[in-house]
Amino acid sequence: MTPSLLYAFAGAALCGIGLFGFIVISHLLRKLLAFNLMGSGVFLVLVGLAQHRSGPDPVPQALVLTGIVVAIAATALAVVLIRRYFHLSGKTALEDPARDTLPHQGPREVREAPRE
Amino acid sequence: MTLWLMAGLLFTPLAWAVLTLLAGFRRGRVVTWLGIAIQVLVSLALWAVVVRDGGFQYPLGGWQAPLGIELRVDGLAVTFVLLTALVAAASGLHAGFYLDPDKQWHRYFWPLFWFLWAGLNVVWLGNDLFNLYVGLELISLSAVGLVALGGQSEALRAALRYLMAALLGSLAYLLGVALFYGEFGSLSLSGIASALGQDSSGDGTGFALVLMLFGLALKTALFPMHRWLPPAHGIARSPVSALLSALVVKGSFYIAARLWLELGAPLGSLALAQLLGLLGGMAVFWGGWQALRQRKLKQVVAYSSVAQIGYLFLLFPLTWNTTEAAALQAQQAMTLQVISHALAKAAMFLSAGNLIMSVGSNRVNALAGVSHFLPFSLFSFGLAGVSLMGLPPTGGFAAKWLFLQASLATGQWWWLVVLLGGGLLSAAYVFRVYRASFVEDSNIDHFFHPARRLEIIPMILALLSLGLGLMAEPVLSVMALTFANGEGT
Repeated sequence: MTPSLLYAFAGAALCGIGLFGFIVISHLLRKLLAFNLMGSGVFLVLVGLAQHRSGPDPVPQALVLTGIVVAIAATALAVVLIRRYFHLSGKTALEDPARDTLPHQGPREVREAPRE
Repeated sequence: MTLWLMAGLLFTPLAWAVLTLLAGFRRGRVVTWLGIAIQVLVSLALWAVVVRDGGFQYPLGGWQAPLGIELRVDGLAVTFVLLTALVAAASGLHAGFYLDPDKQWHRYFWPLFWFLWAGLNVVWLGNDLFNLYVGLELISLSAVGLVALGGQSEALRAALRYLMAALLGSLAYLLGVALFYGEFGSLSLSGIASALGQDSSGDGTGFALVLMLFGLALKTALFPMHRWLPPAHGIARSPVSALLSALVVKGSFYIAARLWLELGAPLGSLALAQLLGLLGGMAVFWGGWQALRQRKLKQVVAYSSVAQIGYLFLLFPLTWNTTEAAALQAQQAMTLQVISHALAKAAMFLSAGNLIMSVGSNRVNALAGVSHFLPFSLFSFGLAGVSLMGLPPTGGFAAKWLFLQASLATGQWWWLVVLLGGGLLSAAYVFRVYRASFVEDSNIDHFFHPARRLEIIPMILALLSLGLGLMAEPVLSVMALTFANGEGT
């Protein structure tokens, strides 16, 4: 068991935790965080596994840099959409309002949708 | 010459995305139309080059793989590049007249449209797995943005749902890429295929292939994972729906097909191939049945996409461990199905947009009496429907005929049920729309007439998809062009 392989296994574990959260959690922001966790796990696997096989290797590092940029772009887009969705509908989850059991239901319903 | 073509193909969309971001809607429209003209010309020229000289590999900027980006320009890629140019040009022109310039946020249609086009070109031409991932993400993110252009909370909901599915799909794909790189130290598809040929160990890489296919099937909306598609495609503005149904879902499918054709033989299994085909078959029935039951016109068309995507997945069982000839037929069928569905579905969504615009409601029943007023758009809708049903001489017929022959040649007769049943179901939902439009209901005699140019664009697309059946031979001969000397088959 080399340290690199340990990284890869840790990445796989992170992926699993992230996937679990992504499926189970309904709150959109937390879902997004779970996605980011899963992404980090994938990056760890990408670097760790390659180093375990063939020593230090610049290619996966370059790939992970690109991957981080892509993940940030996706996260930014998701945050914008979630924020706008919250403004328009007052909801923080995609499910029906009946299943949305957050405590702040009251004041949000009073609030008018800002535009349109 | 090729340098300029490749630069034009990949650089223009990115440059135009930035340019249109700076302009408002009306100026962005003019700039975009100029860009569309350039893109169509470049795509045609590249197509002509490949037809003349055969395919080639192209290292972008002279940098070799693995750090540089290597592009693979072969007959199939160039066919899809041309298809993209055609459908995107039609949708872009239509959107210029269709979208309301006075709504502030519609100006973002243009940059998103160009980013989408750039991503599609990257996916058609990409040769290494990671680059394909970047292209996929570019496509998904801009497609999600386009869906959100609808503006209301329902559109945002659909966009978010789409985004979540797309993100999960890309991560599954990327994890597969990581496993492949860890095993083989290579990102190029052909490199991995030849490494697999040398030592047949490849332990655990079968799992990587399954992960990648799962991610891509999720993004292509294969049957049990299709639930994000109808809301997103149904609620988006009509030119956007046309782009999404015609091109975006094909991007991820194309990667899945390329993976399967290169790596399926060593890494796949009979169970996996049959499972994918089975899910495709169920998609055909479930999508068709749901399309029959929808109240909203665009939901009918969106569910019909779920069904038509199902046919594509017949490629997997028909190319696994089958004879060369049958596998070739299945590939040709897949290509024709992609092209004819892209043309027909774009025509259908654009004409559905016209119909909705003219009756002021998105329900199927609201179409009562529209046959008097808008025969032209209704006719395009029907022509596209004929191609989806797979009646001769349309492209849809040619595709299904080839699938049928491949099924018979490989002895997998059970796919015939899918091919026949799917055709009947699509006939049923197209006729349902027609029946609604011929109901004599004199309560409403007030129809808005969309501009003639809005009606002509879907008509051209529908005619092209109709004519594809007659043109299938030359199209397929270009598709078969590979690298060696232009002789594929």
